Amino acid sequence: MKMPRGSARFVIGFLALPVIIYVVFVIAPYLQAFYLAFTDWRGVSASPRFSGFDNFTKLLSDPTFWTAVGHHVVLLLVLPLATLAIALFFAFLLNMGAGTKGVRGSKFYQAVFFFPQVLAVAVIGVLFQAVYRPDQGGVLNGLLDLVGVEPIGWLTKPNLALWSLIAVLVWQAVGFYVVLFAAGMANIPKEVIEAAEIDGCGRARMFFQITLPLLWDTVQVAWVYLGIAAFDGFALVATLSVDRGGPDQSTTVLPLEIWRTAFTYSKFGYASAMGVALFVLSLTFAVLTLRVTRRERIEF
Amino acid sequence: MSAALPQNPSRRSVLKGIGMAALAAGPLSACAFGSSDQPSTGGSTGEKSNTNPFGVVANAPLEIVIFKGGLGDAYATDVHEPLYKKAFPQAEIKHVPTQQIAQTLQPRFAGGNVPDMISNAGSDMMDNGALQSEGQLLDLSPLFAAPAIGGTGTVRDTLLPGVVEAGLIGDKPYLLKYIYTVYGLWYDSALFKAKGWEPAKDFAEFDALLGKIKAAGLQPYAYAGKNASYYQYWMIAISAAQIGGNQVLIDMDNLKEGVWTSDPVRKAAEAWASIGKKYLDPANEGLTHTEVQTAQNQGKIGFYPSGSWLENEQKEQTPAAFQYALAPTPSVTSSDKLPFGAVRAAAGESYIVPSKAKNSAGGLEYLRIMLSKDGARGFTEKTGNITVVKGAADGLKLSPGAQSSNDALNKAGDNIITYNLFEDWYKEFETELRSKTNALMFGRITADQFCKDVQAKADAVKADSSITKQNRTS
Repeated sequence: MKMPRGSARFVIGFLALPVIIYVVFVIAPYLQAFYLAFTDWRGVSASPRFSGFDNFTKLLSDPTFWTAVGHHVVLLLVLPLATLAIALFFAFLLNMGAGTKGVRGSKFYQAVFFFPQVLAVAVIGVLFQAVYRPDQGGVLNGLLDLVGVEPIGWLTKPNLALWSLIAVLVWQAVGFYVVLFAAGMANIPKEVIEAAEIDGCGRARMFFQITLPLLWDTVQVAWVYLGIAAFDGFALVATLSVDRGGPDQSTTVLPLEIWRTAFTYSKFGYASAMGVALFVLSLTFAVLTLRVTRRERIEF
Repeated sequence: MSAALPQNPSRRSVLKGIGMAALAAGPLSACAFGSSDQPSTGGSTGEKSNTNPFGVVANAPLEIVIFKGGLGDAYATDVHEPLYKKAFPQAEIKHVPTQQIAQTLQPRFAGGNVPDMISNAGSDMMDNGALQSEGQLLDLSPLFAAPAIGGTGTVRDTLLPGVVEAGLIGDKPYLLKYIYTVYGLWYDSALFKAKGWEPAKDFAEFDALLGKIKAAGLQPYAYAGKNASYYQYWMIAISAAQIGGNQVLIDMDNLKEGVWTSDPVRKAAEAWASIGKKYLDPANEGLTHTEVQTAQNQGKIGFYPSGSWLENEQKEQTPAAFQYALAPTPSVTSSDKLPFGAVRAAAGESYIVPSKAKNSAGGLEYLRIMLSKDGARGFTEKTGNITVVKGAADGLKLSPGAQSSNDALNKAGDNIITYNLFEDWYKEFETELRSKTNALMFGRITADQFCKDVQAKADAVKADSSITKQNRTS
């Protein structure tokens, strides 16, 4: 297709600024981090010294790194599954809970589910500090106290802490995906649903055989988003966990270790190597997910 | 850049363009590492004289960065900066208060645009060892050799013993440790008097006393596991020094083989672990220092381990009847090297002058003003903390907590337990120690395991060639 004369200049004029901003603030820092990963930069000198693959060999035998990676594996399995299941369930009820319509008050619920998405992560951190507070002053433990149950150390029990944090992540994410799926479901033609209903299709069957297949593209995108979110978790872990990543490293995640290695240990080179590892991990995940979940696209 | 693109860009040529731009941004972005490699001499200086020993240029602007934490920053804005202004009326002072020293200043150090004086403190302080090894810190020897303001002799002569040494990195003083801090167990003396409780002299008494406090419905002992577990490892270190003498702490700093598994440390860990097991509420592991300290102010907690800044930090929350007092840590064995009453007291809170500061002479002069009688007195008045300047607080009416620390210091006499420098020197080790301290105190590992794990980390740090090793002899 040939563009009319002069329009290229027009297009470039529009694109130049965002591209420059993107290059300076996203691409360049990435390249810089890749370069730093091969140095022993301590963050304060003007000239980083090249150290080859030292940082990466050290990384492979760093138990903290592997603990963090292990937590990402858990997050990667649980966060998308839990969020998608809950979000799909809610979206289905809101849109098709009563045949082609949602349950009563569905517009209201949709807005309510979206609330957590509007809050800044720091606010959520503070909020859940109060919810999870380990003594009777906490919201959850206060309720438990009413029925005579001893306070539970939501964030202080090493085998419970990570799950408490995952619950917050899921709570925060569900609203967005409810809205995303609701939009997707609204696109499904009414005739298809009505036809299925006339054929005597029940709710569950409707969901698994009509809604889900027609929604597959959206689900796939959601899966990738959530997978990438599973490689983060920094802000919540930093604000909520004991000793930032504790107790006993039971909640630590890679971004937190990167931050600690850079700003507490002053090992910016090593931290960059961790960052590169994180980059490779999330990229591999995204590519794999898109490959594995690829299906015939259903035209409608 | 857009001019370099062809008129009708194909997908490929646009991608190529972006790639070129990325490459071009490489050298461009290198400015994040700073542009000059040569260490600058620290700005221009004026004429030196007895009253202006560093040759401060009278109209040179001065930038002061203050960690605004427990001490606030009024001591700088209301005391030291006006004093500087009085000496150099033409100088413009830029005052920068922050709680995030590292986040604020790290990029500036990397970029070569540094302030003239920094109070490097708080949980996000910059690593002094790293700064020094990169040549970013100014040697403060001239400061201590300069004539003292309003006195006779040098600045060094006006300081308490050990102050200059506390700021050594390698063999030169790069840090001014300004505050004299006393560490121990803090309690409400008014409450204790009303209940008839007396601070304990040894761990057997301590155990019995905590039992009595528990029976009265209080949490007998508490510390904040969420963000201040180091308060607790201080107590373990102090007890270890009581048992085995200061050499134990010096060995810790030197990463000496087997020091953490040695008898004094193991016994100290055992003693504190048993207190943790019997008297520590598991909820404390998930609470912050503010939450626990406020609970103590509300009369819910018996003893809390901390340093003498605590009273000032809690000023807003403390009810009028609450009287902070300091108890020395109880003796562990009958054969302890140091008698009961020994306390840890140390010059703390680092003040530094960056070597590449534009007005480093002004930075030094600012520190000299801080160390003058007026500067130190004003600091004590504003913060309730005693400085390293000899007798500067004499005659001041001290608050109950400060008075109690002063009394404890006087009673301790020569039995002063030394500080630990590994906290500054080996952050990776320190992080592990915090984590293991929580595990020990909340009963997830035994004292033996604690000693073994911590020693293993010390050995690992010692073996790591990328970490610069420090050494102290006293």
